[in-house]
Amino acid sequence: MTLIDLANPTRFLALAARVLPWLAAATVILLAIGLYQSVYAPDDYQQGATVKIMFIHVPNAWLSMFVWGVMSIASLGTLVWRHPLADVAAKAAAPIGAAFTFLALLTGSLWGRPMWGTYWEWDARLTSVLILFLMYLGLMALWRAVDDPSRAARAAAVLTLVGAINLPIIKFSVDWWNTLHQPASVMRMGGSTLDKSFLIPLLVMAIAFTLLFVTLHIAAMRNEILRRRVRSLQMMQASRMAFSSDVGTASRDGNASKEVGAA
Amino acid sequence: MMMSLGPYASFIVTSYAAAALVIAILIGWVMLDYRSQTQRLRELEERGITRGSGRSATELR
Repeated sequence: MTLIDLANPTRFLALAARVLPWLAAATVILLAIGLYQSVYAPDDYQQGATVKIMFIHVPNAWLSMFVWGVMSIASLGTLVWRHPLADVAAKAAAPIGAAFTFLALLTGSLWGRPMWGTYWEWDARLTSVLILFLMYLGLMALWRAVDDPSRAARAAAVLTLVGAINLPIIKFSVDWWNTLHQPASVMRMGGSTLDKSFLIPLLVMAIAFTLLFVTLHIAAMRNEILRRRVRSLQMMQASRMAFSSDVGTASRDGNASKEVGAA
Repeated sequence: MMMSLGPYASFIVTSYAAAALVIAILIGWVMLDYRSQTQRLRELEERGITRGSGRSATELR
């Protein structure tokens, strides 16, 4: 199966049915390994055991941006190449991305309280991630507000690409502004500053969460394709009912005019 | 071996519990949505509403 074959929703459904059990199994195994390593990771010399929050906060924070990146590529697919599955991919990713962003904010807040002395601070990193979360919600509302999926897709694609401006702002906010949030410690020039005992569980958890996203995304895309099939069959049913009632009205009118003519 | 989470154990446990809950909700939503869509497609097909190709809408191959 080539990539172009996936433009066919039926072929995509067949592929999804084949790969989903394997992806789900790989996700569960990696999550189990990652959680085991997280539990037995040593305490940090400054943060103590609260460093364990990092193993779920950082993967969720990465994914909050990664999912918007996926949606931006899908939006290009909608606007430029009009790929039939592009808007399905974008729409299916939004609630998953919103959930990861919510978790990044929540776990960050729970980590911030013991470490910074506050749950929330209106600094550049926290505020830009909150804006990302609100953009996810706005995008989901837009999809729901417009009934026709193809019209909603174009509007959502434009909004997604405009919103992508926020991604470099989030990434570099800790460098551009003086923030309470710490600067990058994993993806940075000169390599990671994290010790291996923290870095390895963190990377395993990041891969596990990314696999979780891929699994959920493919499953949600499959659901969206089926939802569109339901919609098209319902429209077919409605047009058949309208046609049969038109025929019924026309035949009644015809009989009535005959009766009038007879009178 | 009993793990000690120190004075901020509640913050750590709440973080992991919240992540587990949100992920469980996500998985549940995806599974229920799949069941709901296939059910609706079956009901429509039972009423004689089929795709132009004549193939079942729930057909995966």
